[in-house]
Order: sequence, then C-alpha cells, then structure tokens
Amino acid sequence: MIHCVLHDPNDSVAVVVVENLKAGAHLTGLILDENRTISLESLQDIPIGHKVALKDMAVGDTVIKYGVDIGKVVAPIRKGEHAHVHNIKTKRW
Amino acid sequence: MENTFWGYRRENGRVGVRNHVIILPVDDLSNTAAEAVANNIKGTLAIPHPYGRLQFGADLELHFRTLIGAGSNPNVAAVVVIGIEDGWTKKVADGIAATGKPVAGFGIELHGDHDTIMRASKAARQFLQDASEQHRVLCPLNELWVSTKCGESDTTSGCGANPTVGDAFDKLYEAGCTLVFGETTELTGGEQIVAARCRDDKVRADFMRVFDRYQEVVNRHKTTDLSESQPTKGNIAGGLTTIEEKALGNIQKIGRKCIVDGVLDKAEMPTRPGLWFMDSSSAAAEMVTLCAASGFAVHFFPTGQGNVIGNPILPVIKICANPRTVRTMSEHVDVDTSGLLQREITMSDAGDRLLDMMFRTANGRLTAAEALGHREFVMTRLYESA
Repeated sequence: MIHCVLHDPNDSVAVVVVENLKAGAHLTGLILDENRTISLESLQDIPIGHKVALKDMAVGDTVIKYGVDIGKVVAPIRKGEHAHVHNIKTKRW
Repeated sequence: MENTFWGYRRENGRVGVRNHVIILPVDDLSNTAAEAVANNIKGTLAIPHPYGRLQFGADLELHFRTLIGAGSNPNVAAVVVIGIEDGWTKKVADGIAATGKPVAGFGIELHGDHDTIMRASKAARQFLQDASEQHRVLCPLNELWVSTKCGESDTTSGCGANPTVGDAFDKLYEAGCTLVFGETTELTGGEQIVAARCRDDKVRADFMRVFDRYQEVVNRHKTTDLSESQPTKGNIAGGLTTIEEKALGNIQKIGRKCIVDGVLDKAEMPTRPGLWFMDSSSAAAEMVTLCAASGFAVHFFPTGQGNVIGNPILPVIKICANPRTVRTMSEHVDVDTSGLLQREITMSDAGDRLLDMMFRTANGRLTAAEALGHREFVMTRLYESA
C-alpha cells in the first residue's frame, strides 16, 4: 500500500493518496521519478491530497516539491506534520 | 497506437469528430431566437452567451474571432447565425462561410423574433437534413487537433491525471498531431520550465512576453496574494497550497518530450502541427471555449477534485487520478488513472488508456460531459464595454 507520493528524492513534502490517514500511522512513500519507497510516521490526521512534511522546516525555509521551489515556510513544521496554507505561503504576487 | 480515426472531412479539408448544426447568436439579445430555433428543429444546438454589444477594440476583435472560430470548427457541419442587426450578423456569417461550410445569417431588426425564428428555422431544418447525410471517413491521426486544460486540480492532478495527459501528448506529438495548452497565470513558478522547452529564442521571447504581460495584469488588479482565486478554494480543499505548486502540476500536461513550437493569441488558429501555447485565462470554460474557437476537435481535461465542465462543440474527456473523486463523481470521469498512485499501472499504461478513450471519442463515443448535457460556452472579455 502506498500512502503518499513524492516526485523528486529531494522534495520536502509528499502527497497523501489514501483516505482517513490518522496520526501515528506508518507511511510508505513512493518516489515517482525513481520508483522506490521511503518510510515515515504521520504526526497528525492528514486528508487525501494534502501534504505531509518529510523533514523539519523553520520559518523562511523554501519548500521543495517536483524538485522545485513551491513557496516559503511561515510557521514551523515538523517531519510528519500536515503541510498546507497554515504553514506555507507563495513567494509570488 | 492506432494511426487512424473516423472523422468528418469538411469543405476546407479539416477533420472534425462531431457533426453539429449550431444556432449561433451574435449577441445576448439574440439568445431567445436562437434557442427557439433549436427548440423547433430538434438535433440542432443553440449556443447562447451573454456578450456582443458595445464591445470595442481588441475585446471586440476577440469576440468576433471566438464566434467565427467556433462556427468554423470542423466539429460543426453548418451554422445559422442570428444577430440583432444585419451588419455584425453578416460579418460573423461571412467569416464562417470562408471555410466553405453552409452558413445563413438573420438579423432581427425590421422583422421581430417571430419572423426571424421562422426564417432561421427553415434554414436550420435544411442544414440538419443535409448534415445527416454526411458520413465519417477514415482519417490519419496527424489530422486530429487535441487541446488540454485542467480544472479543479488537486495534488493528485500533478502526480496522476496531468502526467497521463503528458504521456499521451508526447505520443501524439511524435505522431505529428496539432496540440495546444495555455493557462498563462497558472504557469507562475514554472514559467522557466516552459521557457526552456521552447523551440528557439523567438518562441521563448514570445512566451515570456505574454507571461510577463499577464503577471502585470495580476499585479495591477490584485487586492491580496490571490489566495482563494489562484489557487482556487477547491484547489486548496484538495491540498494544493501555492500557485507555484499548482503550476508545476499543471506543466505535467506537456509531457517530457514535446517542444513548444509556437505561441498563439486567444482563439488564434495554429498554422502547422506541433505543440502550441495559447495565452489564455485559466478559468476552465473560458479556456476550453478558446480551444474550440481555435479549431481543436478533442479536449483532454484532467481534474482532481472533480470539475464537471463540457463544451457544446468540443468533446471534453475527463481524466482523474483521485480515488475519492472517482468514487464520488464517477459519472463525470471518462478515464480513471488512480491506479498510478498505487503503482498498479505505469505512466505509459495510463497514457495509452487515455489515447484509447481519445480514439473512441473521436470515432463517435459520447464523453461523460456530452451525455450529461454540459455545454458551457464562455467568451473571454478583455475589459469593459463602451
């Protein structure tokens, strides 16, 4: 069972692809570009389609997905936490 | 991959996959008469819209280009044009008639709705009977024009549905098809990736010019960082956080091999095969309508959260990789590629599934949006009317 997917091995977030993911779950993450898996633990309930952090991040850090900059951290994020609009913002506009 | 499909060859040589007789209003005032004609003559299709009065300059040119382009689309066999007065009605009818297809125009002034509806119904009845005798012929794949635009995206779009389109686009590009993508603001954060894929410095400069122009529009009018508009509330509910993340998912639609061969203005027709970028809104119905007006015959529409859009002229094939959306909105999904996210199928398998559905759709299978009656025809406006 794949619980989350990431595009590039350097991504700092992965996409949850299963429903009803609960805090404390052991996750198998698929690296799409390399067809290999990683493991981590979720610290929070995370809805399908939402992102889980793959590392600890501090305010001002750049978030990487697809191997590319997708925005900046605006509240501290721990590995395994839900990463979304409450802790990440665009650098544009 | 197959290399032929069954299409309708039109008078100008273009190939369509539908055989519509449309009743096309020039302006908002003529919608009622157009819908009455379509009600009289079953099997014709009225295309109501809210615009066409007191527009001017580039906005008016786009209005005409969209109407004439829609009527000229090879999925259309014949057109009845109805406008409030004769002048602009004739302009639209003449523009469509340049393709050689049957067209008749009717102005309402000096006649009223009753007489106009009667005369237009007679023309529509003749066109419909004539169109019913046209037959599909075997056509080479490279004569198929395929457009793409995604909607109500979520994070599964970027890792499932959009790269499925990308895989299919890579294969169609190699086959010599004419392809288009657009959504100018929705490349924000990934614009350098698109620029790097442009054929040469001229195409790259054209692309960056339209990209920068659209950024300037956003910066001039914005009151916030566009959160809730781009990404939309639906995108955010689906897990997309920033415009950069949305854009990088969006760009998956152009695959890994296609080259961007040229840049089109809104509703402008490509002049040769290849992958084109159209400067356009990212709003689904606006962009798909512009694709119809540019002459595209089949549309790939990946969605994550479940956009339900269709178009009266252009069959819209929906692709979805979100297992929850596939379960809860199955009547809207033509191609389910959710197996990608569990490694049950490969990306090439997913692309082939979409291409199989493309051939079936081109050969006459109704899409989910067609069967459900989705006929969103939404014209892009550039600024206020005079």
